[in-house]
Formats: sequence, structure tokens, C-alpha cells
Amino acid sequence: MSDDSIITIRGLRNSFGEQVIHDNLDLDVKRGEILGVVGGSGTGKSVLMRSIIGLQVPETGEVQVLNENMIGREEDEAKNIRRRWGVLFQNGALFSTLTVAENVEVPIREYFPFIKPPLLDEIASYKIAMSGLSADAGPKFPSELSGGMRKRAGLARALALDPELLFLDEPTAGLDPIGAAAFDDLILALQKRLELTVFLITHDLDTLWAICDRVAVLADKKVVAVGTIEELLALDHPWIQEYFNGPRGRAAAAGLKGH
Amino acid sequence: MTAPPTTADVGPDASVHRCVGSITIARAASTQREIDAAPDPLVLDLSGVEKMDTVGAWVIYRAIRDRGAKVVGAKGDVEALLKRAPEYDRPTQVRPDERPGHLRVLEELGGWVVDAGKTMVGLVAFLGAVLIGFYDVIRHPKRIRLTAVISRFDVVGVRALGIIGLMSFLIGIVVGQQGAVQLEQFGAEIYTINLIGRITVRELGTLMTAIMVAGRSGSAFAAQIGTMKITEEIDAMRTIGVSPIEALVLPRMIAAVVMMPLLSFYAMVMSLLGGGIYVWVDLGIPPLTFIQRLQEVTPLRDLWVGLIKAPVFGFIIALTGCFQGMLVQGNSEEVGTKTTAAVVQAIFLVIVIDAVFAVFFSQVGWI
Repeated sequence: MSDDSIITIRGLRNSFGEQVIHDNLDLDVKRGEILGVVGGSGTGKSVLMRSIIGLQVPETGEVQVLNENMIGREEDEAKNIRRRWGVLFQNGALFSTLTVAENVEVPIREYFPFIKPPLLDEIASYKIAMSGLSADAGPKFPSELSGGMRKRAGLARALALDPELLFLDEPTAGLDPIGAAAFDDLILALQKRLELTVFLITHDLDTLWAICDRVAVLADKKVVAVGTIEELLALDHPWIQEYFNGPRGRAAAAGLKGH
Repeated sequence: MTAPPTTADVGPDASVHRCVGSITIARAASTQREIDAAPDPLVLDLSGVEKMDTVGAWVIYRAIRDRGAKVVGAKGDVEALLKRAPEYDRPTQVRPDERPGHLRVLEELGGWVVDAGKTMVGLVAFLGAVLIGFYDVIRHPKRIRLTAVISRFDVVGVRALGIIGLMSFLIGIVVGQQGAVQLEQFGAEIYTINLIGRITVRELGTLMTAIMVAGRSGSAFAAQIGTMKITEEIDAMRTIGVSPIEALVLPRMIAAVVMMPLLSFYAMVMSLLGGGIYVWVDLGIPPLTFIQRLQEVTPLRDLWVGLIKAPVFGFIIALTGCFQGMLVQGNSEEVGTKTTAAVVQAIFLVIVIDAVFAVFFSQVGWI
């Protein structure tokens, strides 16, 4: 457990009934990196994320986030750790009865009730602008937004409290290639500017090539390999080879080299 | 980071406010208050700032933008954050525009009228679609989804037996007890049996069952169909070529229409049972006498009056439930409001139709 590791997972085990999802899973996320998490459908990428952020209590194992042990924490203590991270759920998970700006204000109101409306509204505007939404998106309701806008709004909410750590669950799924590339750029720019650590679940090979510092591969109920894509390519794990060297993997790699 | 303040470029009459420590979201409100309290012209000395986040930068930036404050001593990250703040200065509205109060009242009133009109038209259109669906299914009986219908029988009918039985039993007792209290004053407590027999068979058995079915099944219809609308399952059905009316609405309609008379009859029996036990225990009228007297004073016609209404009520409950479910659009809150609307409309319409039936039966002499 080195000092620069922001998430440390040791011996994690998750199962639903008979079905074991994770068994003896270890993973470290280093401060300041963008870690991509890949794996076939059903390998438990989302469950892993839910275990880290405390939505799923693992059977056994140790999860440390920001040097704090997350298992068996009292809700009050967990709250203080929770405000240091932001989560973007797969479909945004925006509160459907609140406008985009109000959605962004929810975490701020929750943790800092002393911040009063004029400043609060300005902070919301600021975060909305930061996530690349136009100003007229603020008073809109989530049902009036397109998929890409909803993700950006979710990102604005995730960034509301200036988190150190950002969890993204398939941020580019369901976006058109141009929108997905723009979203990748946005994440990369924000990560640089705000010095974020990003835990990114994705299926998008372009995203992996474009923005991830390291990639963790989930297979056989554990993390079978972590490293840069070049390092992973050197391994002869069949799934990794098929994933990165399949037709889509090669196209994504070629696309990046062409830049 | 704790170098002394640079005062070189600060005018002599300027008030210097020193910001120290961390200027982050946690201290945003207090930092804002301190800056507000400092007089103009203002100079902010940031040399003592150890940590700053985007919200802290925003608070400082506001002072620069709104009050022309000067900033000195900003270094490294702090300077970088401040430099980027104006880039994101694009004020956005938090809530959609709102009209003044008196206009809003008028607008809402108008909205209600329009909505009520649209609902009526929509309900009639939906009724038409359902009838066409019925007609198609009757012409091609193979298209009836038997499994769906039977599973609805189970949900709407069989599983309601417990609660409807208990409710009816208690209603029988209440009617008996209330009647007995009043009639005893005239020494006419034997007429309690007339009261129990006629009111439960003719009115309460069917009406209370309808209210319970509206609450149990009408709401479930609206919520199930509404959720399917939100998750685009209905659209998927249409694209595949499955008619949602046939697959979802008709089984529910059939189940409600068939189950309502059966449940109503069962409710009547349970009410009579409750009333019978009450008069036995409290008034000392033995069950045999109760049954004999019941036969004498409750005409069979009352049973028909009760049972004829039941399928009509079932039809209304299923119609409003499915109709409101189909109206759901957009967000999850809609499912809730439409479910509520389904139950309220169903009960309201059931009572209106019940009144119409009452007038009708008395006009034709079935008193």
C-alpha cells in the first residue's frame, strides 16, 4: 500500500447467491492517473465500482479510498469521505424533478448549507459551463436533454464539490463518435486542470487509447492485469489479445497513431 | 507559500484583505462574507493561500468582476485557477421562467380546463381503441393471450380475496351495529336484517369491491403500463408488431370485467356473514332466523342490481388504469401522478355510474 495510491483494494469478494462475481480481487489506483477498467459483460465492472463507493457491501476484503477504510464505516464518517469524490452513473442518474442547475446544487446544498442563492447559482453556472454545456441548459429538466447533454449534466453534478476522485461508469456509451471524442477531451482537460484521479469503466477502445494512463482488465473474477496498453499487449492472456488485437482494437490503435 | 504580502502595487488608500489558509468550498460562505465586509477599493492579498479549489477561485473572481478588486500575491495553482475562472463565466438560469402570481393562476386554471377536455377526448379515443381491439380478438379468437388473462385473473381476483373478504366482513358488522343502535330505539331491531341484507347486496358489496379493486388493481395497471412506457417497452412492442392494446390492455380489461362480479358476490356473502354473526351475538337472533328473514326481505332482484353493476365498474377501473398508464411520458414522477389520477378517476366514475344506476333501477321499478 504505497502512499500515492488513492484506492487500494485487497482480497475483495462479491457474490450474488451462488454466482461469484469477484474472488480475491486486488487493485490499486494511483493518485492523479486515469485508470480505465475493461472486461467482458458480466465480469463485474459496475459491481467493482459500487463496492468502492459503498453501494455494495462486499462479502470479504478490504477497500481503502483516500487512505480511509471504507468497509463497516458509520454513515456520518462515510459522508465526509463521500464528499471528496464524484460519481457519474451510466445514464446520468439526474434527479428527474429538478432542473440541471438544481441538480448541480444538490450536493452543495447538502454539504454546505451556508452558501446562499446568488453565489450558489453562480457556482452551478460555473460547473455547468465547465462541463461543456451551453448556458441555456441550466433551467432545463433532464427529460428535455439529449443523452450526451445528460452525461455532461451528470458530470457537472459529479464535479460540484471539487472532488479529488471521479468515478465514471461508461461515460461515452450511447454517444455518437464525435460526441464521445469531445467527452474524452473534456475528461482529459478537467483531469489535468483539477488534478483529478479518474476511475473509468468503459467499453470504448478509442477512449482507452486516447485518455487512459493505465488499464485494468477484469476477467476470471479478478483483475488479471494492470498496465499501459502497450504493456497489456505484451501479455498473452487470450481475452486481452482478442480485445486489443481484434478488428475494433486495431482500428482504435491505428486511429490514435494516425493523429 | 507564506511569503509576506507584496504591497508594492497597492495604492495608499486601498484596504488590503489578506486571505490565508485554504480558500475552498468549505469556506466559501465565510470568505464571501469577509470580502463583502471589506471596504472599496479592495485589494486581495492571496500570498497566504495554501489551498484553493474552483469554488474558492470563483469567490475571488466575483470580487474582481463585481467590485474591481485587485489581486496580489497569487502564485502557481492559485493563479492558474483564477486565470481560468472568467472562461466559465457564462451565467445560466437555475429555474425556468415563471410568470407573476395572478397570471399563473389564470394559466393553471386554463391548463386544467384544457387538460380535462383532452383527458375526456383521450379516454373516449382509448375506449374506441379498446373496443376495436376487442372486436379483432373476437374475430380471431386465437389472438387472445390466454396466459396473460389467467395470470391477471390470479392477480386481480384470487389475490384480492383476503382483503376484500376481511373488508366486507367488517362492513357487515358495522352496518348491523349502526342499524341496531338506531332501530332498537323503536323496538324494531329485527329490521336490522332488512338493512344488512338490502344495503350490502344492492349497494355496498359491489361498490366497496369496486373501490378496493380500483385501489389494488387499477393503480397497478397504471403503474405497470406507465413504467413500461418510460422504459420504452411499449415502443419496442409496437415496433415488433405486437399491439400493446392486445397484449397489455385487453387481458387486464377481461380480468377486471370477469373478476368484479365474482368478487362482488363474494363480498356480499362475507358482509352477510359479518352481519349475521353480529345480530346473533349482539341481538340474540339465531343464524337460522337470520337466513329465513333474509330470504323474505331481500328480493333476488337486489342481487341482480348488485351484480349487473359489477362488470361495468370493472370495465371502468381497467379502462382508466390502462389509459392513465398509457399517458405516462418522460420522468418517473409521472408514473406516480398518473397512478393517483387512475385511482381517483376510477373511483369517481364508479360512484357517478352507481348514481346513474340507482336512478335507472328505481325508474324501472326495481326498488
